[in-house]
Amino acid sequence: MSEQPALLLEGVHKSFGENEVLKGIDLRVEPHEVVCLIGASGSGKSTLLRCVNLVEQIDSGRVVVAGEEITAEGVDANRIRRRIGIVYQSFNLFPHMTVLRNITLAPREALGTDRAEAEKDARALLERFGLLDKQEEYPDRLSGGQQQRVAIVRALAMRPHLMLLDEVTSALDPELVAEVLAVIKELAREGMTMLIATHEMGFARDIADRICFLEAGRILEQGKPDRIFTAPEHPRTRQFLARIIEAGRL
Amino acid sequence: MLFFAIIAVVVVLAPGSGVVAERFFSPQHLWQSLVGSEGEPSVLGAFLLNVKIFMVSEVFILILALIIAVVRGIPGPVFFPFRLVAVAYTDLFRGVPLILVLYMIGFGVPGLGLGFVSYLPDVTYGVISLVLVYSAYVAEVYRAGIESVHESQNAAARSLGLTRWQSLRFVVLPQAIRRVIPPLLNDFIGLQKDTALVSVLGSIEAARAAQIYSASQFNYASYVVAALLFVLITIPLARFTDRLIARDKRRREAGGLA
Repeated sequence: MSEQPALLLEGVHKSFGENEVLKGIDLRVEPHEVVCLIGASGSGKSTLLRCVNLVEQIDSGRVVVAGEEITAEGVDANRIRRRIGIVYQSFNLFPHMTVLRNITLAPREALGTDRAEAEKDARALLERFGLLDKQEEYPDRLSGGQQQRVAIVRALAMRPHLMLLDEVTSALDPELVAEVLAVIKELAREGMTMLIATHEMGFARDIADRICFLEAGRILEQGKPDRIFTAPEHPRTRQFLARIIEAGRL
Repeated sequence: MLFFAIIAVVVVLAPGSGVVAERFFSPQHLWQSLVGSEGEPSVLGAFLLNVKIFMVSEVFILILALIIAVVRGIPGPVFFPFRLVAVAYTDLFRGVPLILVLYMIGFGVPGLGLGFVSYLPDVTYGVISLVLVYSAYVAEVYRAGIESVHESQNAAARSLGLTRWQSLRFVVLPQAIRRVIPPLLNDFIGLQKDTALVSVLGSIEAARAAQIYSASQFNYASYVVAALLFVLITIPLARFTDRLIARDKRRREAGGLA
């Protein structure tokens, strides 16, 4: 018996009306593993992440996080979400709150951490990611890269077991991508379990323990980055990677 | 400006301008109606009642309207009856003219013989009517504000494990209310003026006091005085809101401690 997986998806189906976005996803993520989801837009990467965070309800199958089936009937979604951090493409910081308040809101209100402790934790995180001088700023005074780093810190402040990153660099100017990727690398080095949807192939190859290639709602192929990028088995994977290389993104 | 200039010229050059000057703008009557005399109530004194009605109503309106707006936005089939009540409320009280609500509350409730509820002062029935009607309008203003906050804000809050109510309270409503301050103020200026309608229940507020003065002195200067008082109190309110908006903008742009 191997260790209990951090995340387990079995036969996950999800449709929006007529449109079946996930057509039976099986995926196992071990503790401290970093898994990158690659594939064209619309292949189901984001929907998959949103289903794990219970933002979307799955139609069939099951999702198990650290041994608990979170898609079972009667599970408190709020409790599950507190253990799973998600960061979106569009940052979604709260514009009427300072950086510090953005980060401490959920620990204080959802976990009941007292203010002094929540702020101490938040400052420690900000310091680690070079954002301490921004703690009293409002989000629209920050660059996109800084905002996204704050969004990551905000998710980390809940001390999640699992981080889901949904195209976190796609809305950034190219020169701001590196600072965000550096933060994610730092998290990987510390052993954070992560499921990352990304278009940054170089980054995925660099950081991932495993790559999953999604196409039309199915995982067509998965494996070590080196193998996926150098010797993809499935013709669709080869096609996809060829297009990426053509576009100069790898 | 040109508009006011034309009006002024018309008034001054009109054949009856002398009579109007005496009837509406006589300094003696302006002053006398303002401060009152033995026979007539002071318009200024009576205006304080308008201010009181306004202040008290405003507080209740802000609260009741927010409740209506929030109830209207609760999703899920279980809450359908609550949503229905909220919708029916806004439809009803936005549709009925305030003066009719005043008559129905002011003369109807005392007639019901409901113990102390039927023996409240006239002004109280006036306040209740204003609250009922204006809450329906203000609820719609709140609702527009709530809907203007992008769904991704709520999604971000819920993803962090905040409950629906926490997300509303800490993330959605603060942003919504900030955005609707100018339209809210607009409604409150309307409210300030409509406090004059409470006079139909017998309360002697500024408009009623002005009427009493004009009836006994055959002079309309009291109406001018009452009008000026309403204008005077509106202007600070408008400037105050401008300042709130400016401060908020500055704070977000400057970042930091303000």
